[in-house]
Amino acid sequence: MAASYNAKEEDGHLSGSSGLGGTAIRTRKPDNTAFKQQRLPAWQPILTAGTVLPAFFVIGLIFIPIGIGLFVTSNNIKEIEIEYTGTETSSPCFNCSHNFSWNSTTPCKCVLSFFLDQPFESNVFMYYGLSNFYQNHRRYVKSRDDSQLNGDLNSLKDPSKECEPYRFNEKPIAPCGAIANSMFNDTLDLFYIDPNGTKNPIPLIKKGIAWWTDKHVKFRNPAGSNLTAVFRDTAKPVNWLKPVYELDTDSENNGFINEDFIVWMRTAALPTFRKLYRIIQKKNNMTPTLPRGNYTLEVTYNYPVRSFEGRKRMILSTISWMGGKNPFLGIAYITVGSICFFLGVVLLFIHHKYGNRNNSSDISN
Amino acid sequence: MHIYKADQEPAVRSLGPENLLLKGATLKNTKKINGVAVYTGMETKMALNYQGKSQKRSAVEKSINAFLLVYLCILISKAVVCTTLKYVWQSKDGQDEPWYNQKTQKEKDTNMYVKMFTDFLSFMVLFNFIIPVSMYVTVEMQKFLGSFFITWDKDFFDPEIQEGALVNTSDLNEELGQVEYVFTDKTGTLTQNNMEFIECCIDGFQYRHRDELDGFTVTDGPVSKLQQKAGLEKEELFLRALCLCHTVQVKEDGAEETPGDQVDGVDGMFPQPEEERCFIASSPDEIALVKGAMRYGFTFLGLESKNMKIKNRQNDIEEYKLLHVLNFDPVRRRMSVIVQTKSGETLLFCKGADSSIFPRVKPEEVERIRLHVERNATEGYRTLCVAFKQLSAEEYAVADTGLREARLALQDREDKLMAIYNQVETGMSLIGATAVEDRLQEEAAETMEALQGAGIKVWVLTGDKMETAKSTCYACRLFQRGTELLELTVRTLEDGRTKREDKLLELLRDYHRRAVQDAPPVKAGVTRSWSTANQEYGFIIDGATLSLLMNPPRDADACLYRNLFLQICQNSTAVLCCRMAPLQKAQIVKMVKNSKGSPITLSIGDGANDVSMILEAHVGIGVKGKEGRQAVRNSDYAIPKLKHLKKLLLAHGHLYYVRIAHLVQYFFYKNLCFILPQFLYQFFCGYSQQPLYDAAYLTMYNICFTSMPILAYSLLEQHMAIEVLLDNATLYRQIAKNAMLRWRPFLYWTVLGIFQGLMFFFGVRFLFSNPALQDNGQVFGNWSYGTIVFTVLVFTVTLKLALDTRHWTWINHFVIWGSLAFYVFFSFFWGGIIWPFLKQQRLYFVFANMLSSVSAWLVIIILILLSLLPELLLVVLRKPRGPHSRQMKRRLPSSGTSTIFMLSQTASTHSFSWSD
Repeated sequence: MAASYNAKEEDGHLSGSSGLGGTAIRTRKPDNTAFKQQRLPAWQPILTAGTVLPAFFVIGLIFIPIGIGLFVTSNNIKEIEIEYTGTETSSPCFNCSHNFSWNSTTPCKCVLSFFLDQPFESNVFMYYGLSNFYQNHRRYVKSRDDSQLNGDLNSLKDPSKECEPYRFNEKPIAPCGAIANSMFNDTLDLFYIDPNGTKNPIPLIKKGIAWWTDKHVKFRNPAGSNLTAVFRDTAKPVNWLKPVYELDTDSENNGFINEDFIVWMRTAALPTFRKLYRIIQKKNNMTPTLPRGNYTLEVTYNYPVRSFEGRKRMILSTISWMGGKNPFLGIAYITVGSICFFLGVVLLFIHHKYGNRNNSSDISN
Repeated sequence: MHIYKADQEPAVRSLGPENLLLKGATLKNTKKINGVAVYTGMETKMALNYQGKSQKRSAVEKSINAFLLVYLCILISKAVVCTTLKYVWQSKDGQDEPWYNQKTQKEKDTNMYVKMFTDFLSFMVLFNFIIPVSMYVTVEMQKFLGSFFITWDKDFFDPEIQEGALVNTSDLNEELGQVEYVFTDKTGTLTQNNMEFIECCIDGFQYRHRDELDGFTVTDGPVSKLQQKAGLEKEELFLRALCLCHTVQVKEDGAEETPGDQVDGVDGMFPQPEEERCFIASSPDEIALVKGAMRYGFTFLGLESKNMKIKNRQNDIEEYKLLHVLNFDPVRRRMSVIVQTKSGETLLFCKGADSSIFPRVKPEEVERIRLHVERNATEGYRTLCVAFKQLSAEEYAVADTGLREARLALQDREDKLMAIYNQVETGMSLIGATAVEDRLQEEAAETMEALQGAGIKVWVLTGDKMETAKSTCYACRLFQRGTELLELTVRTLEDGRTKREDKLLELLRDYHRRAVQDAPPVKAGVTRSWSTANQEYGFIIDGATLSLLMNPPRDADACLYRNLFLQICQNSTAVLCCRMAPLQKAQIVKMVKNSKGSPITLSIGDGANDVSMILEAHVGIGVKGKEGRQAVRNSDYAIPKLKHLKKLLLAHGHLYYVRIAHLVQYFFYKNLCFILPQFLYQFFCGYSQQPLYDAAYLTMYNICFTSMPILAYSLLEQHMAIEVLLDNATLYRQIAKNAMLRWRPFLYWTVLGIFQGLMFFFGVRFLFSNPALQDNGQVFGNWSYGTIVFTVLVFTVTLKLALDTRHWTWINHFVIWGSLAFYVFFSFFWGGIIWPFLKQQRLYFVFANMLSSVSAWLVIIILILLSLLPELLLVVLRKPRGPHSRQMKRRLPSSGTSTIFMLSQTASTHSFSWSD
């Protein structure tokens, strides 16, 4: 095919100047379509000062109120942080942290008192915070077996290799991996001290602290009526005090679907982080959830952080529609809005001045 | 076939180039021939031509390679920094292996240095996305698909040959927007190669053909004029010479009667419409001459078994026996025939260039005709002189044997033939001269002017004589009235007193002083001043002088000569090189190509003699002319006419360049701000190579989320309408010298990428100082962090492209908004299912949870806006230059005498920036 085509052309070459040689030439006129001629109808926006400047003003006018709203909202959130690592000798938890040993059978307890000078009105959320704890370390992040946590029986017996070195302890470990092994296991209890000196325990709700989808879909106990029987052939994680089926007495919150466990399994983004621990529900509209006054925090100190210079803290916080207390968004919105507005003014001024000069020069031309 | 028959004396015949049948030749007048195959296999023309082609690389590719090197350095330094910091960080107590994150036994056993090396490699893998591998795929696709627009352009369609443009390579599309030098052939490219007999001069008397229609009738105007001027004898001799001295063949239409019968049949009756007669010849000049003679009453009827038949004015058939054809060759620049009349006289007719004929005729005859020849040449006609000589029987016998012997010679046949030719073609008498016009191509002048307006230097390389070429240049407005011509030809060198070499140097120095040193320094590219105060120079050089210049007798001077020559050429607006051999054309192109700054060259030509220069230049353009397909096949692009070059360069070239330059910069940018947050994240995750984004996002980013918008942009973008580009040739200067891929714009894009990467990462970092971002107090983890950053990233880079898009067709809308929609859809989908084949369900409902958080929305919006703010700010700041450019444009029309720039004012509806 190609050869005959070439031959034809060569023929044209030899009798090149005949002028009439092309009776058999196919018509190869290109299609006259808008696409092929690059003439598709098109919107041709031209960004000019005229269109951009109003945008600056609009951005400024929208962002500044949003920013103020965010800032005020964030400022209205009440938050109190209590550090209980026990690094200083004055700290009540100093003894617990100092004498920590993995083998101790009796839990070490310490009690911290604090004073709330403002009442917390709405639902109060109790967090524990860790610092210098690299939950986002690659070796750590990947050290889990999601199919085991989803109730897969094969994975229960033979956990993923990613779980090494927390995979087998003679028997397969359930839940395997570094994340599960290092689950936060301090117990925090809160007491309100009445003005008359009585110690009232504050009810802490442990449900609703994990993502709904995690609790109901992603994490599932292996099939079986009795958790103890299901986990019979597995070992507890090395650093755990009790096996996974004894995390809670409530069967809806036991085993892999224990919410404290699920919260821990969602690895934090940064080495300083907080995780939701308990929720203190508002009782009624009459009394604040946490009235002004003296409180004590009782810590069962099980979780060592001093070896890697970590810090532990307990945080009580109210929550708004934008989440916890964080002035960053408000400040950012106010700043960006102001910058836009300011730029708008400056540029308008420059543009106006320049435009005038330009017009006059045009006229002189 | 019986070569040796018993009863026959073996005849010895010569076989030469004239007996060669090229591939595709058609057999006629005979049923069969016997032949021998020569030049087969690797020696075929095709194979030989194929070897000559070398890989052409565009300037854009070179820029890409340079940028790639920079990014490679960034990649390596990132990996080195991270590896170093990792070991510094780990040296602190408890950091390397805290109780909660023990190493496996294997990791503990690994050698420290091996670990360091694997860490380095892991970082390389983590950051490798900064090298835009997908860019190569996209660039190739853009080039391949983009080149279709050239083939599809109906403006390139020529109804005459029923063909449009042809793209032989798609690698050089963008190079069309970077051309600095155009080397054009004259015949067939600038001119139509459609020869028309204009006038002749017989014995010093001028005959101008008055009117075509009644030209050929015997009793009409021109002939009566003829009789008033030259003797009938001379006139008829001249016309017979035109009729006989050629290698033209008559093309017969198969079923018709032979020409002879025709003439017999109509003898004495109304003359046949002989204009319909078709001639075939290797050179269009010959056809023009034969047709010209026909108009004056002498018709060439054809060649039949060595007998040439012509019909004279009395409609009588004259027969001549063709004894010898002394072929045309470019060295002799003439051809001759030896014929025998019925009466037995042997005549030699010779036609050729004046320079080759004049020395061979009687000097007193020359003077009368030289005047006409030179006048015709200055008017741009191609001139030929015709001479004849009567050979006596002895003379012929000598010539005959000489020719036969030479043709049979097996060694040095060429030289021997040449010697015989020269010997025979002497002592002739000049009978006249002809002038044939080679019309300019349509819109040749406009095209040339547009190219010059675009800052492109046009060089005309031709084999024609200087006067002819010069007048063509004037006609094409390459030279204007004000242009000062600097000539460097054999004639200017011929100065009795000094040697040619000395004179050459002297002239070069003189021209150099005038054109280079005295002229104000010409600033590069876009900034070329348009004030008319500048003297424009045109430079003319001929082949002989050029070869002297390239190979001077003293080798030491070669460099000096060449430098002077190049500098003069660079400061001239147009350069004309005449009397060039094909190889010299390529030499010139090569010299310019390799000169300082390595400018981008483009060669355009239509003939086989242009192939070498087409192959040599960065971009080779073939014109689908009358001289065959050689040029078209060896070219990178083929267009039907010269006028199409304007759109090819100014519109297609410009757009392709802008598209691909933007494509390249955008790719580097989007990968930089993609991977920078991942790099920064290492500082917060203990340098552990923890990826910020999920693996699906990492792979899909370049393949799905951000690839289509830029591909659509790079195919469809028209930052200015095509009409505007065509009307304002000066716009071409804006992108000259690879303006969009130089280090400054590259730095701008890189800084933008870094700025945005910092924004993405730290914006979310500050948000995550309290990870409780949902209104139910629940917290976000590291995958939410990555997903927020990634969402901001995808939206920002896509919107950045949307900001840059000036030409929103429905495809752009579809692709840009479609990509974003696809990203959202994919994220929901990817996070909505527990994927059985995944080991970790990292993103399970992460995206949906992210969208349920108001804070995440707010941070995404503000980060996108903040990242695009510099871009918006630049629009405003760049704007004040806009009016400036309008002023510039307004001044332009004063520079040219043409109206082409006048149109631009009304046609340009766009405002665009003029960078200065």
